[in-house]
Amino acid sequence: MTVLVLVEHEAGAVKDVTLSTVTAAAKIGAVHALVAGEGDEASKAADAAARIAGVEKVLLASDAAYAKMLPENVAPLITGLMDGYDAFVASATSNGKNIAPRVAAKLDVMQISDILSVEGEKTFTRPIYAGNAIATVESSDAKLVITVRGTAFDKAEAEGGSAAIENASAEGDSGLSSFVGLEASESERPDLTSAKIVVSGGRALKDAETFEQVITPLADKLGAAVGASRAAVDAGYISNDYQVGQTGKIVAPELYIAVGISGAIQHLAGMKDSKVIVAINKDEDAPIFQIADIGLVADLFEAVPELTGKL
Amino acid sequence: MKILVPVKRVIDYNVKPRVKPDGSGVDIANVKMSMNPFDEIAVEEAVRLKEAGKADEVIAVSIGAPKSKDVLRTALAMGADRAILIQTEAEVEPLAVAKILKAVAAEENPQLIILGKQAIDDDSNQTGQMLAALIDRPQGTFASKVEIDGDHVTVTREVDDGLETVKLALPAIVTADLRLNEPRYASLPNIMKAKKKPMDEKTPEDYGVDITARLKTLKVAEPPVRQAGEKVGSVDELVAKLKALGVNA
Ligand SMILES: Cc1cc2nc3c(=O)[nH]c(=O)nc-3n(C[C@H](O)[C@H](O)[C@H](O)COP(=O)(O)OP(=O)(O)OC[C@H]3O[C@@H](n4cnc5c(N)ncnc54)[C@H](O)[C@@H]3O)c2cc1C
Repeated sequence: MTVLVLVEHEAGAVKDVTLSTVTAAAKIGAVHALVAGEGDEASKAADAAARIAGVEKVLLASDAAYAKMLPENVAPLITGLMDGYDAFVASATSNGKNIAPRVAAKLDVMQISDILSVEGEKTFTRPIYAGNAIATVESSDAKLVITVRGTAFDKAEAEGGSAAIENASAEGDSGLSSFVGLEASESERPDLTSAKIVVSGGRALKDAETFEQVITPLADKLGAAVGASRAAVDAGYISNDYQVGQTGKIVAPELYIAVGISGAIQHLAGMKDSKVIVAINKDEDAPIFQIADIGLVADLFEAVPELTGKL
Repeated sequence: MKILVPVKRVIDYNVKPRVKPDGSGVDIANVKMSMNPFDEIAVEEAVRLKEAGKADEVIAVSIGAPKSKDVLRTALAMGADRAILIQTEAEVEPLAVAKILKAVAAEENPQLIILGKQAIDDDSNQTGQMLAALIDRPQGTFASKVEIDGDHVTVTREVDDGLETVKLALPAIVTADLRLNEPRYASLPNIMKAKKKPMDEKTPEDYGVDITARLKTLKVAEPPVRQAGEKVGSVDELVAKLKALGVNA
């Protein structure tokens, strides 16, 4: 089997999630990596992809049409390459989820989303019902289209490989869609999905200012990423890309500190694979305590500043 | 212009799903079922576009068991004009759903198709994108804002880095994320009125779509359970525990 992996990259660097996806893909077959993008940044990303241990070949598709990874442009590029491959594998990121199903539909393949493990050549496990059940599924399709949950696989070594880079011919612009803008949150803090420690705040944090005053100092002290519950995002305490859960980001850090979060199943879906979970909540019956390794029943407005001070 | 809104009947989001003891699936007999929450948001958006004079007809469509009529009635009560039930007892995978919706779209010619970004049962997050590919149209997935201007729709999307805005040529597909809107509750008079709105009944065969499953579910299991740990009595104890874990700041 030969597998085509879609590389996620930014400013010429390969994102960590792709390293996990390469590990998953290598369990299926020989890995070729596709870098789609534009100009210098794409070339640099292709160089970086060629150094990933386990990558046997890099395909570089460089064209203005791929600069923003519009699925209307990128999916036909991939579909066009799939004659030579048995499987297409993307990360279950907003980008991968956007592109992979278009590829699957064009290949007449039923995609397997968000896999947690590779059990056999065509057999995989994946979470369903917000992670309340794990299904083992086997594909009967001629080719595979898969998205990978990054936190379920170790990262491949970023250095050590020396794959050849080939140019893939671009398919151009579909003319169906155009990129207008990106409003990105600026943060000096570690990336939420790959941070070793995450401090998350919930609805109890009252407003954006309070969230910042209470959560940020603790996160800074620990060198942690900041996360949030849906309720906190809905209420405007922090922007959408901080949401952890079934419909937000999936995290599995060494340490997850949930502050003023009740522990709804949709939130747990995004963090219950964390190594150690700490919960601070004033309600001793809050469901978060059922999965927390260490629980502190306390008013967070007293406990968190005290904790920040004592660490 | 017409808006098509596909809706799915799923386990209610407040119910904790239980895996069947024989590992064949999740037990949905005798549990509360509702419209997929993301689809409710999709219906709401379509109805709001109609109320704003941007659309003249909202058509809700569901593929599933006869009971899916309930969620279509909900869509009608929220303000959809008519409904289509495509009845089957089989579990229909996203790819087959997308193929059926392609056939429905060919009959109805909607300018906009708004779906939920994922169903909370299989969590696949595929159907909208697959449909978009099958009909060769653009997609605005994970939408938190939708604005129609002339023959384009501008969609703000919730992506991993923040908020991305794209402009799509109509006809287009939009998939709804949580913050697109807050769905209304249907009022009693509207629930009564919905009973008189038309509902067509069809089958997948009527559209010539083969719904044979491509994925075989070998097993469904409970995830590893996490045991509750211990409660500490003070911040000092918590600090000690964290230090014992090697957390030092
Ligand atoms: C389809 C769908 C998808 C969803 N996806 C997600 C998702 O991805 N992520 C997500 O998080 N949610 C998601 N949700 C929402 C989820 O169901 C909950 O509503 C949400 O997680 C609740 O957030 P919360 O815990 O911050 O708020 P609440 O449930 O209101 O909990 C607040 C907690 O703070 C505690 N508290 C209050 N004051 C204090 C204080 N002074 N000190 C200490 N503790 C205090 C309270 O005891 C309570 O436990 C989804 C819901 C649906 C329907």
